Amino acid sequence: MGSYVPSTKAEREEMLSKVGVADVKGLYAAVPSEMMVDSLDIPAGMSELEVASKVSGMAKKNKLFDAIFRGAGAYNHYIPSIVKQVTSKEEFITTYTPYQAEVSQGVLQNIFEYQTMICELTDMDVSNASVYDGASAAAEAVTMCVERKRSKMIVSGAVNPMYIQTIKTYCEGADREVVIAPVKDGVTDMEALAALIDDATAGVLLQQPNYFGMIEDAAAAGEAAHAKKAKFVMAVDPIAITVLKSPRECGADIVVGEGQSLGIPLSFGGPYLGFMACKKELMRKLPGRIVGQTVDHDGRRAFVLTLQAREQHIRREKATSNICSNEALCAMMAAVYMTAMGTKGITDCANLCYSKAHYAAAQISAIPGYELVNNGEFFNEFVTRVPDADKALAALEEKGILGGYPVDGGILWCVTEMNSKDQIDELVSILKGVN
Amino acid sequence: MQLIFEKSCEGRSCSMMPSCDVPVCEIPASLKRESAPKLPQMAEVDISRHYTELMKRTHGVNDGFYPLGSCTMKYNPKINDEMANLAGFAGLHPLQPVHTVQGALEALSVLESYLDEITGMDAMTFQPAAGAHGEFTGLLMIKAYHKANGDLKRNKIIVPDTAHGTNPASCTMAGFKVISIPSNEDGCVDLDKLRSVVGEDTAGLMLTNPNTVGIFDKNILEITKIIHEAGGLNYYDGANLNAVMGIVRPGDMGFDVIHLNLHKTFSTPHGGGGPGAGVVGCKNILAPFLPLYHTVKSGEGYEMEAPAQSIGSVRSFYGNYGIAIRALCYVMTLGKEGIPEASSNAVLNANYMRVNLQDEFDIAFNNICMHEFVISLTRTKKDKGVTALDFAKALLDYGVHPPTMYFPLIVDEALMVEPTETESKDTLDEVVRIFKEILKNANENPEALHEAPHTTPVSRLDEVKAAREPVLRYEY
Repeated sequence: MGSYVPSTKAEREEMLSKVGVADVKGLYAAVPSEMMVDSLDIPAGMSELEVASKVSGMAKKNKLFDAIFRGAGAYNHYIPSIVKQVTSKEEFITTYTPYQAEVSQGVLQNIFEYQTMICELTDMDVSNASVYDGASAAAEAVTMCVERKRSKMIVSGAVNPMYIQTIKTYCEGADREVVIAPVKDGVTDMEALAALIDDATAGVLLQQPNYFGMIEDAAAAGEAAHAKKAKFVMAVDPIAITVLKSPRECGADIVVGEGQSLGIPLSFGGPYLGFMACKKELMRKLPGRIVGQTVDHDGRRAFVLTLQAREQHIRREKATSNICSNEALCAMMAAVYMTAMGTKGITDCANLCYSKAHYAAAQISAIPGYELVNNGEFFNEFVTRVPDADKALAALEEKGILGGYPVDGGILWCVTEMNSKDQIDELVSILKGVN
Repeated sequence: MQLIFEKSCEGRSCSMMPSCDVPVCEIPASLKRESAPKLPQMAEVDISRHYTELMKRTHGVNDGFYPLGSCTMKYNPKINDEMANLAGFAGLHPLQPVHTVQGALEALSVLESYLDEITGMDAMTFQPAAGAHGEFTGLLMIKAYHKANGDLKRNKIIVPDTAHGTNPASCTMAGFKVISIPSNEDGCVDLDKLRSVVGEDTAGLMLTNPNTVGIFDKNILEITKIIHEAGGLNYYDGANLNAVMGIVRPGDMGFDVIHLNLHKTFSTPHGGGGPGAGVVGCKNILAPFLPLYHTVKSGEGYEMEAPAQSIGSVRSFYGNYGIAIRALCYVMTLGKEGIPEASSNAVLNANYMRVNLQDEFDIAFNNICMHEFVISLTRTKKDKGVTALDFAKALLDYGVHPPTMYFPLIVDEALMVEPTETESKDTLDEVVRIFKEILKNANENPEALHEAPHTTPVSRLDEVKAAREPVLRYEY
């Protein structure tokens, strides 16, 4: 069997004798004997070599695609090598939440830098240290909107279904009403949305670009929410918003999103990164860890977890969120990513996504039966009709291409900087061959 | 040290993005952002050095002893990280067709079966991303269970006063009222008190066993029975499972639903505050309420199934998958003998330290403990003015990460020590020596301890200033 216990048998005997028990059973005298486990029904332990071989075997059973044209909440973007190198340092990987600030300045400063970059990206005033992922960030944002007489949340039907599902689950817990606003031609029906907002509405949540890749008239939704004194929440793609109207320019009070695009591997859905930022007025309602700047006793600049009066370990049942562990290492990946890319790199990436998606959309939609489903502006995802989704996707898979994601009425395609013109052309030629 | 923004220089950059190989398509002006975000402008060499500088100002498990009570800071085996980073896992899109991810699902299914066996549960979800997230999930399942039975008046969860703060906070999020019950003089659940608060409105109980003072509640079967007889369900907070893996199972203690912190008990690293994983396991009666989606065996392969009365999702996709792979490697390495060996050595290490410290220090509930024990410095504070905080800060000068401070709340001037099984006798002997030396210093020269630490990159911080005048981002 494998073991990470360093004490030798002789040392353990010596320790047991010091404790004053004959054997390890003596340590468990308080456990009722009828409950004690005789032997676990799991395999015997293994050497590192055997584990590596078995687990690598499982990894090999999965199919890795040469080209990915699927997004729908998880995006295939380039990850600069330095992101992986820097965040693999043992200190960063193995340290705990930075409670002891004097020996955690590295982690704390990194979070402070991350918070600053997220504020820049979202054009907001305050960011937290991260939450679990985009969907849970959206659900936490709902709680931020709620006031004593305002508990209803209006969520656009064009928001990623996983986000809607998560918001509903969180709201079920707190007995809050969630109303889904209708979608028209791939975007939120703004008239219908405005009609849903009333004096009991806590907030309105919109996704930009939305689930179907369409660019929403977010400013209109923001105005409608504010007209009734409700909050406006935007769930955004962190790459797209570097070139699209910023959430502040659209009137957002709270901005959340999935940070996986910022240097974090697809990794079959996690770990990912939920980012959350808001305007200053909402600072004390922001959940999760927040790092602040202060000074040490010698007057040097230093960083520390702050505003903890909001949190569960202080407020217990009166806390509005229970979050403590977040996704700190993923936040560090995002910070290194944003630094390595810089403003130019990240906006170049956004523009590449936009151009390539529009090239792909033009080529795909020119194939008979693959017309664009929605009219209007889109970013790097779009829905086309498809004569036979199963056949089309199988043909692509055979050539090592992960095609778009089947949705109601067609296929949701995603194109990023990772997709070369050759890949797009090949995709188009395969689709042509299916018909 | 300088912030990365202060090192930024106009015109420096890395070259990550290629030129565009399709016709450039301009975003319409009406949709464009007016002001670009200001990110650092750095050459790659300076980025590398910046993070090395940050690394040097970070204390990890690789740096030294880390006895942070309730956090189980055991050694994080490196093979686990390597396996999780294999392209065959890390490169998978979560929405790939099921037949292309059979190995990934096999890994989840195998891990589920191991963890079910270790905990005495029947089914598990990997979706929750952290312990608190797992608590919320488990409580929603309890809520859904009562609702499905038409038992709508059950709106209260009983939580002992020794509980982690997340327990009551999770109850509130799940829409329950919290009934906090005081512990008895042994630090355990007061059975009479428990009997007096249960009733038709009891939805359940949340309990950590061993509890946060490091004691295994010997009345556990009676406790869970009282709740079951009142019609409630028992929730096991797995924060302290490291004391009893392979020794005794929550399922056999009478628990119906549990969460495990893979980042504590199952050796996955904590990453400076995450990602973790708060796997939730349950008995068959709760399995229909598990979140979306549950991996099940189907013929020769695996499929993802939506449980019949699922509570929905608590996040996207299937949880922190990469963390699950790490935990799988850990359980495979230790196996049926290694799992209980880890726990019994965690308990042995804690008791060895406790016994070596008990003559000089006041140990709360000083008896055979489980994987952790609590020191109270009330006497030192009263006699010498040296607090648990002072003591903790003094430890930093010895390269030892302090224990958890001021928790549990029922012990004054508490230091909660959890050495874990991955520390050698040599390390424990050295740390015992350091503890005693600091206590001696506290008695002889208390003033000096108020100034500690002296050798860290910064000295004690002005936390009041941080909270009163919040500076939460760099302005430039």
